[in-house]
Amino acid sequence: MQTKPITLSLEREHARPMQKAPISLTRRALLKGTGVLFGTLAVSSTLALIAPSRVWALELKTLNEHEGKVLLALVKRIYPHATLEDAVYALVVKDLDGKASGTADVRAQLTDGIRKLDKQAGGDWAARPVADQDRDVAAIADTPFFQTVRSTAVVSLYSNALAYAHFGYGAQAGDGGYLYKGFDDLSWLPDPPEQDSGPIPAN
Amino acid sequence: MATTHTQEQPGKKFSLDDDHVVVIVGSGAGGGTLANELAQKGIDVVVLEAGKLHTQADFLADEWASFQQLAWLDARTASGSWRIAKDFPNLPAWICKTVGGTSVHWAGASLRIQPYEFKALTTYGKVKGAALLDWPITREDLDPYYTRAEKKLGVTRTNGLPGLPGNNNFKIFHAGATRIGYKHVNTGHMAINSVANDDRAHCYQRGFCFQGCRFGAKWSTLYTELPRAVQTGHAELRTEAHVARIEHDDTGKVNAVLYYDAKGALQRQKARAIAVAGNSIETPRLLLNSHSAKFSAGLANSSDQVGRNYMRHTTGSVYATFADKVDMYKGTVMAGIVEDEARHDTSRGFAGGYHLETISLGLSFYAAFLNPGAWGAEFTDAMDQYARTAGLWIVGEDMPQSSNRITLNDTLKDQYGLPAADVHFDDHPNDVAMREHAFKQSESLYKAAGAKDTYRVPPYPSTHNLGTARMSENPEDGVVNKHGQTHDIPNLFIADGSQFTTGAAENPTLTIVSLAIRQADYIADQMKQRAI
Repeated sequence: MQTKPITLSLEREHARPMQKAPISLTRRALLKGTGVLFGTLAVSSTLALIAPSRVWALELKTLNEHEGKVLLALVKRIYPHATLEDAVYALVVKDLDGKASGTADVRAQLTDGIRKLDKQAGGDWAARPVADQDRDVAAIADTPFFQTVRSTAVVSLYSNALAYAHFGYGAQAGDGGYLYKGFDDLSWLPDPPEQDSGPIPAN
Repeated sequence: MATTHTQEQPGKKFSLDDDHVVVIVGSGAGGGTLANELAQKGIDVVVLEAGKLHTQADFLADEWASFQQLAWLDARTASGSWRIAKDFPNLPAWICKTVGGTSVHWAGASLRIQPYEFKALTTYGKVKGAALLDWPITREDLDPYYTRAEKKLGVTRTNGLPGLPGNNNFKIFHAGATRIGYKHVNTGHMAINSVANDDRAHCYQRGFCFQGCRFGAKWSTLYTELPRAVQTGHAELRTEAHVARIEHDDTGKVNAVLYYDAKGALQRQKARAIAVAGNSIETPRLLLNSHSAKFSAGLANSSDQVGRNYMRHTTGSVYATFADKVDMYKGTVMAGIVEDEARHDTSRGFAGGYHLETISLGLSFYAAFLNPGAWGAEFTDAMDQYARTAGLWIVGEDMPQSSNRITLNDTLKDQYGLPAADVHFDDHPNDVAMREHAFKQSESLYKAAGAKDTYRVPPYPSTHNLGTARMSENPEDGVVNKHGQTHDIPNLFIADGSQFTTGAAENPTLTIVSLAIRQADYIADQMKQRAI
């Protein structure tokens, strides 16, 4: 791992309450962006409960739509979760697009890496069979391009309200404390004896 | 909520030319405690804190955002064979740059170092490659101060305070530990209120201990020692005051501190005595960066021991997954301990001992630290089980080694142009053997509780940084004497974990606080005698 995952600037979005759509579809966004990624949450998705709409869209600022799709496909192979929605993976693409907007070097590294993947696939790498994609990903794992994508993904993918809901992490919901909200609700093991634990404060 | 708040205290202001003040560098467990103890005696102190003031209301329930808010992120490098040097080359330590220092971030575990651990060399004998030494003080010497510290911190299971109620993570830990035969398993000695105490609330099991305790249930100098010191009218806290250099007079006594203020302007605060408490990386860095014609190797460094013998405890984590939900993130992060392995028993294949303590990480940091750099299906399979995961942390004694050391980086400078610290660390074979034993025991513990998979997690960036200005009986073996007073310069003190002669198997904060209380008594006495 390179040095950067620790010093990433944070999207304030991470700190927003869950009511807000993480990725919004707006007409204005459609007109401004260099590309747009679309998707729909699965009918059974738990995330549908916290999103305002099942449809999501990501406006890209620098990368084009194809580049966005290849990166989305790449992140899905780096961190393959069978039931994780594309909407969450798209947050990684959003952060990569943001980095590409801020730094010409990153933009060049990403577009070059994507071009090489496409060349490997003889066309659209995102459409390549998963087994072939996995082989390609393993082959580039030591490249700076891969490290940029991976080190961004390990932060972005697991640090947002949708991921917290998917994986079952309370995040800000715990800000008031779990003392009266299930901190000790595990019932499949015996409770420790009183002398090894302690009393629950009355108020 | 705490009734005393740092920002509400107008307090006393001292002039830069006031040369009767004791200047304390750092406001954490060591510096903050020393400041209050001195101020309570009527001794005037100026505390210089590099970080900003972040209050309880500012704390964030978001791991990365909180990390950006509280962590020390100035330039640093890591070198050596430890994995941190590869995974986090610019983050050797996870410590804080904020008012209250790392007492904002600590987990609260408060254990007394055991009597035999103060006599490490005598007890373990010579260990090849280790720079072992006995402390110049014994447990009996420190016991009265431990008692005062436990009272000050409101440590659970002392002074009639009950233990904290165990959370889900503890239930698994307790079941597994007792099933494999451990006898001493409980929710620990924690500086976290199990009942309202000392004008602070009881713990609400929030689970963000590392991100700053919003309720103030966990002791931190931020809302105890510091405002109380200011309240006396004998202490001034200057924030965003980044100390660059300590100056001395012709006789070799220190007499001033140069620091960059919040606006980046260089200021010179005169001083009667100076105590450095910048944590075990910044403290030696400051001493080394303060080299002069008279002290060309840095201040208090005639022994060449400044920066050496860096210790960080033998650590590691084991996480385990289960068939049913755990929600380890709910509740006090570290209220769970196994004490049975904290003993010297070489039949296990190593000297010294270790503790097992519960730990939890939120989803973000679990992803970051589970196996840094990892990707692919094995990693994501572990992540998929996050909600059904329990965790513990190993904290054991590591061997002091002369070559494990803080040095000044030749090329990398901080934002003020000062040479950054390089943190060099290699595991000692004893550390490796202990960690292996602890990993195996932890895996057995979780298997006994019904674990499906277990994961060995490498040490996180260091939170326990120790030993880089160590106490020694003989001046050639260390940097400070038994009072934390430097052997070379009588009015220069070290007031943090840098003083530790050896690491012991206990989380260090209670000892840092106890030493600071003891040091305050000594400084007051020395001042009364006009010795300093």
